[in-house]
Amino acid sequence: MEKTIKKSALSISENGLEKKNSSKRLEVLKTYKIYIGGQFPRTESGRYYMPANAAGTKLANICLSSRKDFRDAVVAARAAVSGWSGRAAFNRSQVLYRMAEMLEGRKAQFIQELVLQDSTKAKAEKEVNLAIDRLIHYAGWCDKFQQLFSAVNPVASSHFNFSVPEPTGVVSIIAPQGDSLLGLVSVIAPVIAGGNTCVVLASETKPLCSVTFAEVLNSSDLPGGVVNILTGKPAELASWFVDHMDVNATIYCENNSDRRKMIREKSATNLKRVIFYDKINWYSDEGQSPYFIMDTQEIKTTWHPVENIAGAGGGY
Amino acid sequence: MAKAIAKKKSNTIKLKFDTSWSYAPAPESKSAATINKQYNLFINGAWQQPLSKKYFDTINPATEEKLSEVAEAGAADVDKAVKAARNAYEKVWKKMPAKERAKYIFRIARLMQEKARELAIIETLDGGKPIKESRDFDVPTAANHLFYYAGWADKLAYAFPNRKTEPLGVAGQITPWNFPLLMASWKIAPALATGNTVVLKPAETTSLTTLKLAEIIQEADLPPGVVNIITGAGETGAAIVNHADVNKIAFTGSTNVGKIIQRAIAGTGKKATLELGGKAANIIFEDAPIDQAVEGVVNAIFFNQGHVCCAGSRLYVQESIAKEVIRKLRDRMQTLIVGDPMDKNTDIGAINSKEQLQIIQKYIAIGKKEGAEMYESSCRLPTKGFWCRPTIFSNVAQSNRIAQEEIFGPVLSILTFRTDDEVIEKANNSPYGLSAGVWTDKGSKIFNMTKRMRAGVVWANTFNKFDPTSPFGGYKESGYGREGGLHGLLPYLNLIN
Repeated sequence: MEKTIKKSALSISENGLEKKNSSKRLEVLKTYKIYIGGQFPRTESGRYYMPANAAGTKLANICLSSRKDFRDAVVAARAAVSGWSGRAAFNRSQVLYRMAEMLEGRKAQFIQELVLQDSTKAKAEKEVNLAIDRLIHYAGWCDKFQQLFSAVNPVASSHFNFSVPEPTGVVSIIAPQGDSLLGLVSVIAPVIAGGNTCVVLASETKPLCSVTFAEVLNSSDLPGGVVNILTGKPAELASWFVDHMDVNATIYCENNSDRRKMIREKSATNLKRVIFYDKINWYSDEGQSPYFIMDTQEIKTTWHPVENIAGAGGGY
Repeated sequence: MAKAIAKKKSNTIKLKFDTSWSYAPAPESKSAATINKQYNLFINGAWQQPLSKKYFDTINPATEEKLSEVAEAGAADVDKAVKAARNAYEKVWKKMPAKERAKYIFRIARLMQEKARELAIIETLDGGKPIKESRDFDVPTAANHLFYYAGWADKLAYAFPNRKTEPLGVAGQITPWNFPLLMASWKIAPALATGNTVVLKPAETTSLTTLKLAEIIQEADLPPGVVNIITGAGETGAAIVNHADVNKIAFTGSTNVGKIIQRAIAGTGKKATLELGGKAANIIFEDAPIDQAVEGVVNAIFFNQGHVCCAGSRLYVQESIAKEVIRKLRDRMQTLIVGDPMDKNTDIGAINSKEQLQIIQKYIAIGKKEGAEMYESSCRLPTKGFWCRPTIFSNVAQSNRIAQEEIFGPVLSILTFRTDDEVIEKANNSPYGLSAGVWTDKGSKIFNMTKRMRAGVVWANTFNKFDPTSPFGGYKESGYGREGGLHGLLPYLNLIN
């Protein structure tokens, strides 16, 4: 009992109440749910699992998401594509900045969850700070990466020709499993900065921050369905993440060679783009760059005739 | 003023097909090209007999006459070629200063230009495409592609902001039969410029110009093993894909084979570029310049007998102008000259192979069975060789197989639409996403359409244009990676912090 009330005791002190009062008041425990289409349902399967920290403390009853949850999430993500990709890049930038603001405002809660999940206070604070700064970093990229990776191509015929990046569509992501927050934020941010929507499977053993991060998203002007977050087991869900015919790309962040092979094999069903991030140190600057955005972009090239270049005709 | 207008003569000429439209024959000469009786494998800078000891015939699809026989590389030959490429990569090519690498590629491009006429003749004899296309498009574009990428070799530091680059190693490349020399150039040029070495296999029905390119490479004194050309069919290709010491696969061909490749390289570190099938939507709005649009539609579907992965094979015409467009299209089709590919007046040559002709005929039968209305040009076809009349189907439904599946022949499916949103929905309702086209005189509508169409190459008021500086490649099941332009460098490089 002493172990399970630890986190709520902390939250009470955060609220400025006397700690000694906590023993007199029955805590209100948070139900950790999943995040689909801007809503917080529990898994349709009704299943749960109970991850514990190193000290053996049970973290919570976490939703053990099912294939059906994933499919529902893909429907929500697909529905959100045209609205989100159609927004002005500047507006996407503002929404990502708002996400950072909301995360900053709930910093204490994330630190507390990270500490409960085996981090030290100092490390937890560093992780949350990095996650906030990472969102700021990508907020800035939203309306700039296109300029770096576009081209006006000097074709030899009488045409105007240019190439620009466009979002690939719906991206399924199996987030880095080693940490609770920073890896998750680091893989979501570039995907949505580029105008994609996504379905993300959180860390199996450290899932708390993912659900709380969904609450941050929910209060950040991010349209429902752009980011959908599931909790559960990669061993069970990975194949569905890469099997689905309405998913355009899959990101996988672990160095499990069997699973990587399975992902690449199954991705062939509709030629998903497959991206592996198993050697990235998310705690360093190599964990952020516009090249991560480009991993889920397609290059579109557009041609149009020009009259009278060097005496040429219309060039139809 | 009114009087003046009344007096003005109409300069619209009605097409009369009862009068003579025939041109005198204008054949290109075969004697300007040398084709050996037999070709071996080009491995490590030398012509080597295949360890498999097997050869297969390559024929002229316009006459069914045998042109030559080429070696069929077995797994042991592939291994030899990969070893040569690895050796050349480690010992020579990787270490060579980039500006020297560039000059080799420039040299190959120049030699290709010097032999342009011979290459065009062989391309037409071996593949069946009209000489005017191989002469004016395939060969010059192939040479230009080498020129373009040659210049990149010593400028890679400028291509990727804040990153250094390194080559991948040995690239295994497999090219299709529709643009044999051009595709070989599309594959070899960026690979060499970025410092990789190459094992390339052309399609089995059209090996000859790629073998001629091997002769050019030999003449250019490219260090042995940097480019190895081996011939064969699917099994040879599979041996390249599955070879453990190949770092990169670049494949142009069907979506089915592309999927097989993606499965085959699962669990390996191999990178891939896949340029696969397409079923491009070509959209004509009522405010389009109709005559130019009709010309564009003809070029979109009948260029290279329709053997074009980005061919505009689904035509969407706004309902109000459908009758007029179809009538003009029929008139224009009737004037297309079908026949001897070596004749400089020929518009539509021979179908590349008997197998492909059977596939096209199968789809024509399916189209009729599905209830679409068929019209074909009444041109006479030669008695020998593989031929298909230019064909259009109107009254096609979105769900018809001839509107969904790639036919890869001179067969156009015509559908109609009323609104912008409807046609976008229909155009994007395809597993493919290689190319698309839109015809309208309204600028804002062009950008609305080109932005919303899910395809890697979008032509507005034009179609089937290509350039070395212009990236080419697909969305969705049309594959991934780009060939051409700045974006064509990345598939052959690792970026390092």
